Amino acid sequence: MNDQYILAIETSCDETAAAIIRNGTEIVSNVVASQIESQKRFGGVVPEVASRHHVEQITIIIEETLEKAEMKPSELTAVAVTEGPGLVGALLIGINAAKAFAFAHSLPLIPVHHIAGHIYANALVAPMQFPLLALVVSGGHTELVLMREHGSFEVIGETRDDAAGEAYDKVARVLNMPYPGGPHIDRLAHEAQVGVDFPRAWLEENSYDFSFSGLKSAVINYKHNMDQRGEEIDPKKVAKGFQDSVVEVLTTKTLRAAREFQVNQVIAAGGVSANKGLRTSLEQAFEKECISFTVPPLKLCTDNAAMIGAAASYMYNAGVRGDLAMNGIPGKELKSWI
Amino acid sequence: MIWLGIETSNSPLSIAIVENGQIVEEIVQNEKLTHSVTVMPTIEELFQKADVKPINLDAIAVSEGPGSYTGLRIGVTVAKTLAWTLKKPLVGVSSLQVLAANGQGFNGVICSLFDARRQNVYAAAYDGETLQPLIKDHHTSIVGLLEQLHDLNMPVLFVGIDVENFKEVIADRLGEHALFADASLALPRGSKLIELAQKQPLSQIDEVHGFVPQYHRITEAEANWIKDQKKGQ
Ligand SMILES: [Zn+2]
Repeated sequence: MNDQYILAIETSCDETAAAIIRNGTEIVSNVVASQIESQKRFGGVVPEVASRHHVEQITIIIEETLEKAEMKPSELTAVAVTEGPGLVGALLIGINAAKAFAFAHSLPLIPVHHIAGHIYANALVAPMQFPLLALVVSGGHTELVLMREHGSFEVIGETRDDAAGEAYDKVARVLNMPYPGGPHIDRLAHEAQVGVDFPRAWLEENSYDFSFSGLKSAVINYKHNMDQRGEEIDPKKVAKGFQDSVVEVLTTKTLRAAREFQVNQVIAAGGVSANKGLRTSLEQAFEKECISFTVPPLKLCTDNAAMIGAAASYMYNAGVRGDLAMNGIPGKELKSWI
Repeated sequence: MIWLGIETSNSPLSIAIVENGQIVEEIVQNEKLTHSVTVMPTIEELFQKADVKPINLDAIAVSEGPGSYTGLRIGVTVAKTLAWTLKKPLVGVSSLQVLAANGQGFNGVICSLFDARRQNVYAAAYDGETLQPLIKDHHTSIVGLLEQLHDLNMPVLFVGIDVENFKEVIADRLGEHALFADASLALPRGSKLIELAQKQPLSQIDEVHGFVPQYHRITEAEANWIKDQKKGQ
């Protein structure tokens, strides 16, 4: 059988990324151009600025990906691209580049869900074991997804307000730390022995949903009260208190879901899964439970196209195809493809 | 020599295939559809009708702006991806000039404009015979534009579907000098875009990567940031 090579493109937020994936498991090349340096000025991602950068970068990144792989378009099997969710103006650059490229070389197109991509980043590390539970945590998402087999997704829990990464960024702003705030809070949290006692949002007893806006408000109120009393806050203690609350809720709910659905593997995905505090907590919890737990390496946790190519490979094998009328879907739901 | 022309700078869409100076296929529409959905299927359809394969193309022309940011980016992304991956030259033409070309031959000034909201426009003015720019592409208030046109003291032919939104103020300020093009001239045409592109030097292949839309406006976030930097000094 011939090898399958998928060129994948991802532009859903502020990274312009392309990759070539062989047989769904092996990264042949993986290129990411980050806009962080530009977007830092604004303390977050400005959609119009993101779209403009994508147009500047898109062909350069795809060319670099092909060159690093030493491959010609004629050697590719298909072109995959993130369809959503994401910033619509940003998605459209990757989608239209993918469509033009696919048309130019008569290649099939595969529309990929961004979250499916994050989950399938794990297929690039080790084979996935079903049933499987994925905790997807990033700047835009906090979801618990149950997979009974390849291409089958059941979202069993999701955030009702802020995404975990969003809460990190907002709290970082309260503590006067630069964007993106997650890594700074993670680092500070490890420098404190005891944290400020912030609430945990468990919601209804059986719920796997999350809520982080109350916690964010608690941090803001705490700083406000201290300011009024003329006292200085200790950023380390605030960071630890905040992170402890986020990590405890994420770990406890993930653990409870893993038991209820008797999964064989738990995986963490998305940018926030690079967080050391969260990683350690999940590792310890599942080691005790004797359930295999994996987190992809950092460069596959944050947005990249390799993960899109990995998911696309299984979609291609299942016969999923897009067409040239494909559009960006900013609020796309995660649906099974089998 | 086979040219593909892509015009998506505002809500109308036009795609054309021109071979040795003759139009083989052209579509001009104003259906307010999403360019992201229509552009590639339209290109594919015209290629099939014309029995042209992507590799047979010799050059690509694209309307580079100003206009709707998203519309421009879709056209430019498709054009530059095709040009880069097929190793063909890419030529950008002002979307205002493409529109003004519909009125070429007019004895006076041709003014093309797009509504930029809040009484602002993207506009330019050209010599009606030669299509040489008299007022360059820029973002301005409609009042400011009319002052510039008034100073030219010549008959002005207004072209474009957005002219309708400003007809009264235009007539008020320019009086008898204001003329309005017929509806058949109001939509930009891919074939006109290609004609204008053919008068320009072809780009080098390695210049394609750097090709970006001409927005004629920085983003609001950047404008605010620059303001803050100045305050801080
Ligand atoms: Zn992501």
